[in-house]
Amino acid sequence: MAPRTDAPVLGARRAATTTLRLDDELDARGRLVVVGNGMAGARLVEEVLERGGGEQFRITVFGDEPHGNYNRIMLSPVLAGESHEDDIVLNSHDWYADNDIDLRAGVRVERIDTAAKQVHAADGSVTPYDHLVLATGSHSFIPPMAGVRRKDGELLPGVYGFRTIDETRAMLEATGRCRRAVVMGGGLLGLESARALQGHGLQVELVHAMPWLMNAQLDAEAGAILKKSVESLGISVHLDVLATEVLGAERVEGVLLGDGRRLDCDLLVVAAGVRPHADVAVRSGLEVQRAIVVDDQLRTDDPDVYAIGECAQHRGEVYGLVAPAWEHAKVLADVLTGTDPQAEYHGSRTATKLKVAGVDVAVMGVSTPQRDDDEFLVISEPKRGVHLSVVIRDDKLVGATLLGDTRKVAFLTQAFDRGAPLPEERIRLLVDLSDGAAEVGVAEMPHDSQVCNCNGVSKGDICGAVTAGCGSVGAVMDRTRAGKGCGSCKSLVKQIVEWAADGDLAEDPAASWYVPGIPMPKPELVRAIREHDLRSVSAVFAALAPDGRDDAKSKMGLTSLLKMIWGTDYLPEKDAEFINDRVHANIQRDGTFSVVPQMKGGVTTPAQLRRIADVAEKYEVPMVKVTGGQRIDLLGVRKEDLPALWADLGMPSGYAYGKSMRTVKTCVGSDFCRFGLGDSTQLGIDLETRFQGIESPAKMKLAVVGCPRNCAEAYVKDVGVVAVGNGKWEVYVGGAAGATVRKGDLLATVDSPEAVIELAGRFMQYYRENANWLERTYDFVPRVGLERIRTVLLEDGEGIVADLDAGMQRSIDAYTDPWGQDAATPATPGQFRPSLPLVELPKVPVR
Amino acid sequence: MTAAHVETARPTTPGTELGTPATEVSTPGPAAPVRGKEHVVGRVADIPSGEGRAFVAGGVQVAVFRMRDGSLHATQAACPHAGGPLADGQTDVDVLVCPLHLYAYRWSDGASTSGAAPVRVYPVREQDGAFVVTV
Ligand code: SRM
Ligand SMILES: Cc1cc2nc3c(=O)[nH]c(=O)nc-3n(C[C@H](O)[C@H](O)[C@H](O)COP(=O)(O)OP(=O)(O)OC[C@H]3O[C@@H](n4cnc5c(N)ncnc54)[C@H](O)[C@@H]3O)c2cc1C
Ligand code: SF4
Ligand code: FES
Repeated sequence: MAPRTDAPVLGARRAATTTLRLDDELDARGRLVVVGNGMAGARLVEEVLERGGGEQFRITVFGDEPHGNYNRIMLSPVLAGESHEDDIVLNSHDWYADNDIDLRAGVRVERIDTAAKQVHAADGSVTPYDHLVLATGSHSFIPPMAGVRRKDGELLPGVYGFRTIDETRAMLEATGRCRRAVVMGGGLLGLESARALQGHGLQVELVHAMPWLMNAQLDAEAGAILKKSVESLGISVHLDVLATEVLGAERVEGVLLGDGRRLDCDLLVVAAGVRPHADVAVRSGLEVQRAIVVDDQLRTDDPDVYAIGECAQHRGEVYGLVAPAWEHAKVLADVLTGTDPQAEYHGSRTATKLKVAGVDVAVMGVSTPQRDDDEFLVISEPKRGVHLSVVIRDDKLVGATLLGDTRKVAFLTQAFDRGAPLPEERIRLLVDLSDGAAEVGVAEMPHDSQVCNCNGVSKGDICGAVTAGCGSVGAVMDRTRAGKGCGSCKSLVKQIVEWAADGDLAEDPAASWYVPGIPMPKPELVRAIREHDLRSVSAVFAALAPDGRDDAKSKMGLTSLLKMIWGTDYLPEKDAEFINDRVHANIQRDGTFSVVPQMKGGVTTPAQLRRIADVAEKYEVPMVKVTGGQRIDLLGVRKEDLPALWADLGMPSGYAYGKSMRTVKTCVGSDFCRFGLGDSTQLGIDLETRFQGIESPAKMKLAVVGCPRNCAEAYVKDVGVVAVGNGKWEVYVGGAAGATVRKGDLLATVDSPEAVIELAGRFMQYYRENANWLERTYDFVPRVGLERIRTVLLEDGEGIVADLDAGMQRSIDAYTDPWGQDAATPATPGQFRPSLPLVELPKVPVR
Repeated sequence: MTAAHVETARPTTPGTELGTPATEVSTPGPAAPVRGKEHVVGRVADIPSGEGRAFVAGGVQVAVFRMRDGSLHATQAACPHAGGPLADGQTDVDVLVCPLHLYAYRWSDGASTSGAAPVRVYPVREQDGAFVVTV
């Protein structure tokens, strides 16, 4: 069992599960002990098991971190908030138990007694071994700066390295209260953490001691272009300067640079390189230079002790990437299990493809010419942030650097790895010349060229998986692990799978279904629902789901669809609704709800404001907030208070919780603004009145502005309307400024408010009928194509405009204010009953 | 939080208590094992078909679900992930889905389908129109 700590253990075991162990004496298997449960250590264990090593060895794994094994290279997306930490677990504690491996998670090894062949750990345990593998990786290097550590040797609060999930969690947690970050180090980790922190809204400055960014991988020119791309994200970059002192007594307040400048910050990330974790080896008398020295069989100078991954030094090289670590694991597993006792590792040619701070980077070999007769070809487009170069020696590719455009990486990697012949016209290495000459496609790739660098998967492995019966890209990825590291090779993997299957590929069928539980795409589903006259979600499951089984994750989508199809004739079922729709409010992290009353077009009155104020006091609403949608949110309302609060408010629901039409934001427009060209406020109110509460596959947010200055952000709304003078209005669709930012496409310019309302209604109905569940208009419009939408809506190219209008009208007629209705009589018994009885609310606060 | 931030970090409405910071709420995790005491917690009419409601059984918060096919399930009331109100979740024949982050837990053994901590399930039956939960 993992030790209990305050923070949750990643990939933790189920509580109260125990593992039976055979009595040691009865077990004749050899003892394999692995120190370090990171990328290399855990992979070694997997490789050993794959070779039947479970029969040969009793395996013990020591890991300093309390967690199961996780994908360290995915910490950047976790820090950026793009991946959830649960998604990066590679092997959970259960996996170790299931494979009969004794995982000592959270236990640090202190020293090895190589004479007695015993491992001494910090918990006092002594573990004998027959074979010992050191896979202790590296730690962040903290340069000696005045003030960076407290007296007790700990880092000054607010200073973080970036290596482990615990550091990542700590930084994520700090982003909430910090405003200004300084990142030390302009390499991969520094850039990634800078971008992530910037994405959390911190003001970020990056300090790099070298004259250009990623100096270890890029040449000066490419580094300069990368700097521009990084700066365009809003990150300030200071080059060629050292941070000499960390300021702050209790916690970090700033850093002092070598040139005397002072940068204020409340968070400091030190990403100034890593140092191999070799202390255990040193203490145990093993040979350590820059890292633990190993031979071609990954053996240290003690015949039963091996080292792999970042802590190993082989032929003078120490690698800082996973691919070599995984090659080490393969060779060592061959040696240990006797699968190939002669197996040897001869070094890695590292070709890396990364996304650094949002910029694609691929590097292999040397970055600049080193001999007089080296050929050097450079294409530089600083404006686009693109810089491509190759170095050729004796007709062979010895290096390539691709920044901002990595389309040619597949071919270059092959040429680099295999010495494949190069095209006569060297420029073809970097760009596709459009004379019709076919690009080097997957067909011509040699069988053994590596596709997934992270997991060492070749084209041959992928083809093998297809031959062995994997019928979809997902199945191939599961089988070979291709694409499961950093993910940058996924599109290539897909191409190869498609090529290998030669059209015989099961397109993942579920991908086209409207909801996962019913095997039908939307048009077919709609037809079946109409044909069988299915008016409730349970009727749909009974008639159309395999074995009539219901599916929790399909219910919300089906409810929305049925409401759209049937209007008032839909048979409501509360259990098919998401909690927000069941109680007409948005659930919060502590189980309370938020209440957003309708405030059409963002216009309110003193009387409304007075009522909102009274209600807030009466129900002890912890926070009253102006939303980004131009209305007022009452946050932290107890579920049981909802009906009475609505009744006291006497305002209709603003539908801030639904997959539905939300708000219509407006600007003041011609009534007050000196630039106003149209009455945007009134048009906004009219739109909101007409389309209030309309259900849709995903949220629909609208805005109307009185002139192209666009004060209510109409260009980035699902439907945005802009007055352009002379009574004319532009209607934009498919805009977004949420997780995706996209300027809407101009659908049409019309000449009256009535025409705007009509066209907006047609567009929304077309979207409601044809969009996939949860597909916002910013995806829908480009998918369908603006031309097609124009043909359908403006020229009635499919003859459906009358149907669209009628469909929308049916939904408008079905509108009732849910608050007015359920406040008077609950829809079901206990509709507003608390779901966490006895818990004092709010449990989590509202700031 | 910087000092300036704390200033504004007061409830807007007078008389309201500020809770504990979110960061101090520890992961609830699975509830204690079943000890075997039976409690009557509510009547059939309290739970509409297909939904769940929360009750307190001998000091333990439980969520009881009445499925459309008439079968019953009971689990701990707070999600082991981050304390979500499971009675507000959505269900099907196999799983219960928490409303907060949509983790799914199997009825059969409480295991999470995503490898997160499991939810405690309790035996529940109907007797004379009332729900009896063993906690
Ligand atoms: C209250 C509000 C923030 C605020 O304090 O201002 C808000 C709050 C939430 N937003 Fe938002 N959004 C709010 C305006 C916006 C805006 C701005 C706007 O509407 O002009 C956007 C960008 C515009 C857009 O959607 O394109 C916005 C883009 C999102 C997104 C990203 C959608 C996307 O696909 O890009 C989500 C996540 C989602 O929908 O899956 C989201 C989701 C959420 C949810 C509902 C998360 C959830 O499911 O619980 C938040 C509820 C918090 C709570 O506890 O009640 N919210 N959210 C705003 C309410 C507006 C209103 O009056 O209705
Ligand atoms: C944020 C980030 C992004 C990265 N991105 C990429 C990328 O895109 N591509 C790429 O190729 N590489 C990337 N890397 C580098 C990659 O993660 C490492 O090369 C890889 O993890 C090395 O594996 P390892 O097993 O040698 O070391 P680690 O994964 O660090 O594992 C070593 C483990 O040993 C444990 N340990 C150390 N000492 C002891 C002890 N005495 N007792 C017990 N346990 C001990 C440590 O706690 C640690 O868990 C990235 C690294 C980071 C931090
Ligand atoms: S309100 Fe919107 S932006 Fe803010 S935390 Fe919630 S989802 Fe994220
Ligand atoms: S609280 Fe239940 S899934 Fe997060």
